[in-house]
Amino acid sequence: MAPPTSPTGPSTDPSTCPAAAARIEVVDLTASYHGRPAVAGVNLKIEPRQVTALIGPSGSGKSTLLRCMNSMHLTVPGAGVTGSVLLDDVDIYTAKISPVEIRQRVGMVFQRPTPFPTMSIRDNVLAGLHLGRRLGRGSHDDLVEQALVRAGLWHEVKDRLKAPGGRLSGGQQQRLCIARALAVEPEILLMDEPCSALDPSATLTVEDLIKEIKQTYTVVIVTHNLQQAARVADTTAFLTVPAAGEPGRLVEVGPTERIFSTPRQQATEDYITGKAG
Amino acid sequence: MTRLADTCAPPRRMRARWPGGDTAFRVAVTAASAFVIVVLVATAVFLLRQAWPALRHYGVLSFLGSDRWAPSEATASSAHPNPYGIAQFVYGSAVTSLIAMALAVPVAVAVSLYLTEIAPSWLRKPLSGLIDLLAAIPSVVYGFWGIFALIPAIRPAGTRLSQTLGSTPVLGPVLAGPFFGVSYAAAGIVLAIMVLPIITAICREVFATVPTTDKESALALGATRWEILRMAVLPRSRSGIAGAAVLGLGRALGETIAVTMVIGNSVLSITTSVLGPGATMPSVIANEFTESTEPFHLQSLMVVAAWLLLITLSVNVVGRLVVRRSGEESA
Repeated sequence: MAPPTSPTGPSTDPSTCPAAAARIEVVDLTASYHGRPAVAGVNLKIEPRQVTALIGPSGSGKSTLLRCMNSMHLTVPGAGVTGSVLLDDVDIYTAKISPVEIRQRVGMVFQRPTPFPTMSIRDNVLAGLHLGRRLGRGSHDDLVEQALVRAGLWHEVKDRLKAPGGRLSGGQQQRLCIARALAVEPEILLMDEPCSALDPSATLTVEDLIKEIKQTYTVVIVTHNLQQAARVADTTAFLTVPAAGEPGRLVEVGPTERIFSTPRQQATEDYITGKAG
Repeated sequence: MTRLADTCAPPRRMRARWPGGDTAFRVAVTAASAFVIVVLVATAVFLLRQAWPALRHYGVLSFLGSDRWAPSEATASSAHPNPYGIAQFVYGSAVTSLIAMALAVPVAVAVSLYLTEIAPSWLRKPLSGLIDLLAAIPSVVYGFWGIFALIPAIRPAGTRLSQTLGSTPVLGPVLAGPFFGVSYAAAGIVLAIMVLPIITAICREVFATVPTTDKESALALGATRWEILRMAVLPRSRSGIAGAAVLGLGRALGETIAVTMVIGNSVLSITTSVLGPGATMPSVIANEFTESTEPFHLQSLMVVAAWLLLITLSVNVVGRLVVRRSGEESA
């Protein structure tokens, strides 16, 4: 991957950022822990500059599927993968791409906000850029401002960039983590229940942010919150566990409106109407 | 649910609880804690009482003001100059412990990182056990090893070092020869090996408490294994590493017999060179208390012991303050 191009100046409009979104295609993917498949036989196309939501009951393998998309799954001891994940037509599991490079192209935001506790807000934003010594020492104010603007956090923190990231509120911390992920200029942003630890108003702020950043990036979001999927996602994929003890399966995928109005599968309808799951 | 209520089993007989249990437990644990404090205070009082004749005769501060320990020059009447100077022992303790820390802390951190983050899981337990076993080796055995294995091994390097750098302007005084083997350097190396298991054990615990989410955050940004350690593990562990080092320092300052065997027991002045022989506060006590026949000799050794107690206590207090402050920073 080419090193991130140095922007000429801080931009306040996310749509002027370099178009970088990539497409993901999951082909016949089975992911397992200690030989037990957690999610099996998944085929899924994720289109660029869209938000794709993965919904489904607990244990249906949504997070595992998400973690397969940046090779994070394999960092857990005992984890295994068969099938393939194509990132712009290149299989990340067979091609000779290092997981490190994949994760620079496919960013991730977690359930709980995880700013590095000993780092300032500024250093948190720059953390990913300092990896591999891609960025020299210095304040890099332009990069910090750009990332924080894109994450919608700039006006709240611009006067205290040297304060520890842990001092911010939960919602601000999560947006700081998004800024940190975006600063690396990824092509795809994976979000694993990014709002489940946030209060309703912080959740709405982050959802607005997701709608903003999808103009530039491919976004995949795992959520337990069906309203959230309905609010932010263009495409929704429903996973479920067909029977106890079996791995999770992808049941149905389609435009969010269609999935919520006229689901084709009974299991999907049961789940979104609250009859199951 | 209803069936359970209907069957109406006969009430279970329960043994009556002894009402004084709580009180007895509280008294027992309070007494145990009080005992620890009593022992500490009693030790300090004992040392001061034993040292008092020498302190009164020569003056409290005159011991630290001199680096010449010459019991044969002591007389029952003369108080000036104080023949029992102890500054060289304080210096010796400081130098040997600092050498030990400088060598042991980086190695212990590296070993703990390997054990918690890098090593394959089947290797972690046996290797940890092996390192813990280092702590089980008696210090007199370390002393023997120091004399008969370590010193012959470092003699060529030490000699060359003193010959090449021993007369240069800045490093000269620190590395001056002649190098006989027994030295601060030898004592520092032995101490480093002795404190390694303690520091490693604590660092291991500290690194194991770093949350997986922190490590995954670094991973998700494209961090390599080393970068995860640098970004997520080490910064969170600073206070823990400091705490581990302080506990190791406490052990190093107090270690006696192994140091006595390899340090050369030179008591007549401060030897500035780390390649030269010296003595530490514990080593001079161990070396001389059986034959302390001169006036105020034994009492002066008690003075050394009292200062040693004071220094180790302050190191621990300071260390705890540092740990607490850095703990607040990262919270």
